[in-house]
Amino acid sequence: MSTVAVEVTPTMPEVHYLNADYGWRSWLFTTDHKRIAWLYLFAITGFFAVGGLMATLMRLNLIEPQGALMEPASYNKLFTAHGLIMIFFFLAPSIPTVLGNFLIPIMIGARDVAFPKLNLLSWYIFMLAGSVFMLAVIRGGVDTGWTLYTPLSTTYANGHVLSAAVGIFISGFSSILTGLNFMVTIHKMRAPGMTWFRLPLFIWSLYATSVIFILAMPVIAITLALIALERVFHVGIFDPALGGDPILFQHLFWFFGHPEVYILILPSMGVVSELVAAGCRKRIFGYSFVAFSSVAIAAISFMVWGHHMFLTGQSVYAGFVFSALSFAVAIPSAIKVFNWTATMHKASVSYDTPMLYAIGFIGLFTIGGLTGLFLASLGTDVHLHDTYFVVAHFHYVMVGGAIMGYLGGLHLWWPKMTGKLYPEAWARFACLLVFAGFNLTFGPQFILGYLGMPRRYAVYPPEFQVLNVMSSAGASILAVGYFIPLVYFTWSAFKGPIAGPNPWGAKGLEWTIPSPPPTNNFEETPIVTQEAYAYGPEEAHVG
Amino acid sequence: MPTDRRRPTLADAPFGAVPVAHQFDDFEQQTTADTFGMWLFLATEVLFFGGLFCGYSLYRNLYFDAFTAGSHLLKVKYGAFYTVLLICSSLTMALGVRSAQLRRRTALTVYLILTWIMGFAFVFIKLRYEWYGDYLEGLAPGVHWAPSSESMEMIRHFHATVPHVGLFFIFYFCMTGLHALHMIVGVGLLTTLLIFTRQGRVTGGNYNWVEIVGLYWHFVDIVWIFLFPLLYLIGGRYV
Repeated sequence: MSTVAVEVTPTMPEVHYLNADYGWRSWLFTTDHKRIAWLYLFAITGFFAVGGLMATLMRLNLIEPQGALMEPASYNKLFTAHGLIMIFFFLAPSIPTVLGNFLIPIMIGARDVAFPKLNLLSWYIFMLAGSVFMLAVIRGGVDTGWTLYTPLSTTYANGHVLSAAVGIFISGFSSILTGLNFMVTIHKMRAPGMTWFRLPLFIWSLYATSVIFILAMPVIAITLALIALERVFHVGIFDPALGGDPILFQHLFWFFGHPEVYILILPSMGVVSELVAAGCRKRIFGYSFVAFSSVAIAAISFMVWGHHMFLTGQSVYAGFVFSALSFAVAIPSAIKVFNWTATMHKASVSYDTPMLYAIGFIGLFTIGGLTGLFLASLGTDVHLHDTYFVVAHFHYVMVGGAIMGYLGGLHLWWPKMTGKLYPEAWARFACLLVFAGFNLTFGPQFILGYLGMPRRYAVYPPEFQVLNVMSSAGASILAVGYFIPLVYFTWSAFKGPIAGPNPWGAKGLEWTIPSPPPTNNFEETPIVTQEAYAYGPEEAHVG
Repeated sequence: MPTDRRRPTLADAPFGAVPVAHQFDDFEQQTTADTFGMWLFLATEVLFFGGLFCGYSLYRNLYFDAFTAGSHLLKVKYGAFYTVLLICSSLTMALGVRSAQLRRRTALTVYLILTWIMGFAFVFIKLRYEWYGDYLEGLAPGVHWAPSSESMEMIRHFHATVPHVGLFFIFYFCMTGLHALHMIVGVGLLTTLLIFTRQGRVTGGNYNWVEIVGLYWHFVDIVWIFLFPLLYLIGGRYV
């Protein structure tokens, strides 16, 4: 067993994956999983900026009850594009393709993913999908909402539904190939001694995510293909006039859609497990429960889609079942929250930025998760359906949960990715801004929704103005909070102090190799003799 | 036909000659990873076809008469012929996998060519004769939807409503179309495999390429085994 040496002056290796090769070809034709992670990081940061800009415009518009900026038609296109970009081109790929690509092979002791060329191909497919979709947005956009419900997306469509659908269709294949690659990698590429229960929990959660990628993405692909057929050949699969049924679209969409939203949160849960373990310098409490809760969430996710359709002519009995199954998701979710909290119990918790994000995640995800139960209840859902309560609920999970986890993970592994440290004080400040700005943005929306303000409207009754202005003010703070890391990460990549292989004194294979890692990750395949969280008493001697 | 008399086993294959990609430790890891990847891809495919099967089941339940009428308008003899063709092609594919494992290049080439011919015949007959025939009879849904008087007779016979028969044909064309697309990809894969076999790269070590293409081929065949009764044999039709 190796112990962590105290490094007086952190060093960087002479040759590592970032300077092993130069020129744009060495990046655009790379098959190194670490470089592909960077390709994704740049791409999704761009999409995040575009989606965030759209959210900013929407919040600006809602400062005044009659709409301060734009026509309702433009507003419809804006929230549609915001939702689709954020879900398909930022959140779904964010943690898997950036942190997952970078870390999965390293964490399991492999030189690369199982199919490196396929990995690069996934990025090109993703960029193609993004380009097709953005073209649709630029040429006039779509106004159906991210759910693309028929007949709004077929018979009555007045936007570029077809090209937007093609973009999403293509992006699905990028996700499928990524998921396939990760699953094969985790199954077949683990180093000797890296048993399933020695794996970092991040790997478990990405495994569960990959299962959903493989099983849910093809369903949206075929559904969008049917929409395209209906538009091109004027057939009526979803058109009642021709014998079809628009509700079938909703079933197919949500059979994909609900697993999809767990694609967004599961990787973040995995990141938080790593953040909490590293920040508390402790083994995660109840490792196997946390590991299996990821698998359980993935499994249950395929059986709860009907809770999106309580009010769309679904039978009451189906509603009962879907409601009960949706409540069941709370159990594995709660297991995770309780186990993270239990890990922090009596630990010497560090309050460095990654841990701050983890704590923020736990709090916000708890609110987001518990308000989900309101919506999974048949009775309250009648009142809350399609109101801002729903908007607030899923933003607490998606933004307060998924993005907090993503940012926390970026901070934890930034020294590994670049070999440089980021400025801790600025990072803590940005984290607090994100937390405060987020709550100010979406907290009032719970009240707005409870009072009955429907989502997806460009205008609202004047009595809702105070809460809407609060929400818009929060959004501006949130935007600043997201902008600051962009600045200091860029600064750190060039001018930051050298980090050394293990600046956090954390456990796990990724901290045993130099930062930045060499192209092949490991000089020779490591033999693993302990679990990823082997924080033992000997740590105390090392300091 | 196999020309080499000796029956070599896996043990005396020159695996050392097979280049292993840098991310793998050994040949074993590489082959099992490749095969597992194909299995996962097939899992995706099941769900991809699954959306169509789901819609099919729904509408078949809602409009059973129309689906029966639609089924009777199909050319069932073609369907039966394809079924025989594809089952035979699965056999030659499986024999090809065995030949590859035994390093019999000539036998492998023969079996791959046989499979290729049957796959190509399926696609060609399906598109050129059956689909085109359906199209001429006005059974293609959408703007060209114009069932002939004989077809209308059949529809009336089953007390079916015309738009719902159209719905059947949407599913018929979508499901067999997606299947035919997979067959075309399969024929392409076989072509590639034949080139690699000719270069000696398959029997020289990467026998698992045949296995992987074989997995795909069998999957596409199995889809047809489901499609044939679901589309052609509705309502007790045993012609």
